[in-house]
Amino acid sequence: MIYNKRLILAHFWLAFALFGVAILLGEWQMFIRSPLHGWLRNADLYYRSVTAHGTVMGYVFPTLVAMGFGYFISEAALGQPLVGRRWAWAGYYMIIIGSVAAVVPVAMGLDSVLYTFYPPMIGNAFYYIGVVLVVVGSWVWVALMGINLYVWKRAHPGAPVPLAMFANVAGAYLWGWTAVGAALELLFQILPVALGFATTINAGLSRVLFSWTLHAIVYFWLMPAYIAFYTIVPRAIGGRLYSDSMARISFALFLVFAMPIGIHHLFADPEVGAGFKVVHSIFTAMVAVPTLLTVFTICASVEIAARLRGGKGLFGWVKALPWANPQMLALALSFVMLGFGGAGGLINMSYQLDSTIHNTQWVTGHFHLIFGGAIVIMYFALAYDLWPHLTGRALLNLRLVHWQLWLWFIGMIVLTFPWHYAGLLGMPRRMAFYDYTAPGMFAEGVSVVMSTIGGAILVVSAALFLTVLIRNHSAARVDPEPFTFSRAVHEPVSLPWALNGLGLWLGLMIALTITNYGYPIVQLMMTPEGRVPPVFVGGKP
Amino acid sequence: MARAVPADPHDGEAVAKRIENRWALTMVGLVALLVAMVIFTGLHWATMPPSRVETINPSTLHVSGEFVESNLGSAVETDGSVTVRIVGQQYSFTPQCIVVPSRTPVTFRVTSADVIHGMLITGTNINSMVSPGYISTFKTRFEKPGDHLMPCHEFCGTGHEGMWANVKVVEPDAFARLVGPTRRASCDL
Repeated sequence: MIYNKRLILAHFWLAFALFGVAILLGEWQMFIRSPLHGWLRNADLYYRSVTAHGTVMGYVFPTLVAMGFGYFISEAALGQPLVGRRWAWAGYYMIIIGSVAAVVPVAMGLDSVLYTFYPPMIGNAFYYIGVVLVVVGSWVWVALMGINLYVWKRAHPGAPVPLAMFANVAGAYLWGWTAVGAALELLFQILPVALGFATTINAGLSRVLFSWTLHAIVYFWLMPAYIAFYTIVPRAIGGRLYSDSMARISFALFLVFAMPIGIHHLFADPEVGAGFKVVHSIFTAMVAVPTLLTVFTICASVEIAARLRGGKGLFGWVKALPWANPQMLALALSFVMLGFGGAGGLINMSYQLDSTIHNTQWVTGHFHLIFGGAIVIMYFALAYDLWPHLTGRALLNLRLVHWQLWLWFIGMIVLTFPWHYAGLLGMPRRMAFYDYTAPGMFAEGVSVVMSTIGGAILVVSAALFLTVLIRNHSAARVDPEPFTFSRAVHEPVSLPWALNGLGLWLGLMIALTITNYGYPIVQLMMTPEGRVPPVFVGGKP
Repeated sequence: MARAVPADPHDGEAVAKRIENRWALTMVGLVALLVAMVIFTGLHWATMPPSRVETINPSTLHVSGEFVESNLGSAVETDGSVTVRIVGQQYSFTPQCIVVPSRTPVTFRVTSADVIHGMLITGTNINSMVSPGYISTFKTRFEKPGDHLMPCHEFCGTGHEGMWANVKVVEPDAFARLVGPTRRASCDL
């Protein structure tokens, strides 16, 4: 039973509407810097667009999806109305106010610093304050998820926490803690300078603090997709989840290992020593483990569905899968993109191989493939699954849904494969213009044109996605069966306390963050020589 | 994996657990192997990114010390190796054209006078951030003569797109002729 449908729909619709705008900016950027377009006289327009595209797609869109889905899970899995409904709306409005406060100065060209901030460049303070408001609004959700689980546990002592809620709260706590890094950077490094209270800034320390957020945020983006893998797809295709406890272990491992690894973004930076770079490289390798466990559990769950439908043979069962089901299709396409993206990720995290591709177009290709591809396609899938339960109306146009998912997949491959290749050729990131007539840059021009075509396919797919959802609101009313999550083959009767709550894993997450980040942060705080004058963009406030 | 359900449901659970554990151990082993490769190559080939936390005041770079303009570019050390000193600033590198000998150990020392920059040399593994307040140091060796591009790869402001330098790798004897008695060289015009 879903009690607060309006709250959940408000989150999803704001997320998808902003996504619809930001994807147009992305494709515009792709076109501007391709050989199809000449020199853009005012390069700042390009960087305003990059700042807005990144801020929306990186912060606002996935946060709203996680929040809306989180409220949904809390009510559907725990079977109780959301505790703290008013707070939830307050958090939602904070995100709206924050987004407006951030986007207006960006559009005016006062904050072309990109969503990764890049101090000592300093823009107008409203942008940073807006981002802080978005984060604080999302922290309301983090607290509410913890409180709702706590209320349920008090009412059901000893009962196993539903897997969907366990994973959802793990994602919430992960976000609560990972956002602290960027918040520290904004509050103690950037804002004092932007508001005129300080005249120097330690760019190295700022980068280390940002890396605290920068990697684990990826796992926060990924959580809704993984929750859909485990708790929606097996049910939707008529199967069972292979293992409930392995699912819990995977989510717990994400909580522990997603955090202490962010310095792998700083392999090429001078302000961190070799020792901590190696340590973070090793921990990054470990965070591959929960994904590899997930691949096994989900493939096994899918096989169960296929065999229940009469599938036979070592691999012959693949044919018995319900390929007409959007959840099945989305899962398969997501896994293909996850495979390629994950392989690229292993290269990025490698202490040595990174230097070949660090800060090249390869990296942009990588995170578009794994976030925009593998994860966002599951956002689509979960919206398709949830929508009839939220609107009480039928989701028709299955053919359109199929087209949409396939186009997203094809568009993403056409966009990102040439993008990776351009990176291998040494094409740097974040430029509004490239001189493709320079020696050696012709091949890069060809791959950027291919990526532009891929981006156009993605725009079409996004338009189809929004069309399907909008049409649903005027479709025939239906009475959907009560929403259920996947059931495990062997459902847990009682669980060890470590897998029925997050206390142990939260403790490990915080302890590992301190061991892996404590020394580099304190070392840089005690390096006053690292403080440098700010460089204001868009004019001093 | 999912064969016909055995008569005793607990039997099935034990089988499922065993397969799952086997997979988990294999995956942990795979990751351990990757980590071992990283550690081995790191130690054996001493492949290390720029990693000394060495600071410098960006406001006085041009006035005194290692990064004054006359000391930038390639310098021949007494042991025959070459040190290249570069300053990045909005929106150029100094020097804009760097000349180095092939088959010679080269040490780069790079810093920024204002914001965060980056540099990579196309066709090589040379790749570093260039941060104000810190010096990036790394060692390398160019095997073949040739021309490379050296773009700034980090967003450093509106003019970022124009921040490209060139690297010329020349034969060691040609380089020796170029440096002359000052033991310094760049290919800036």
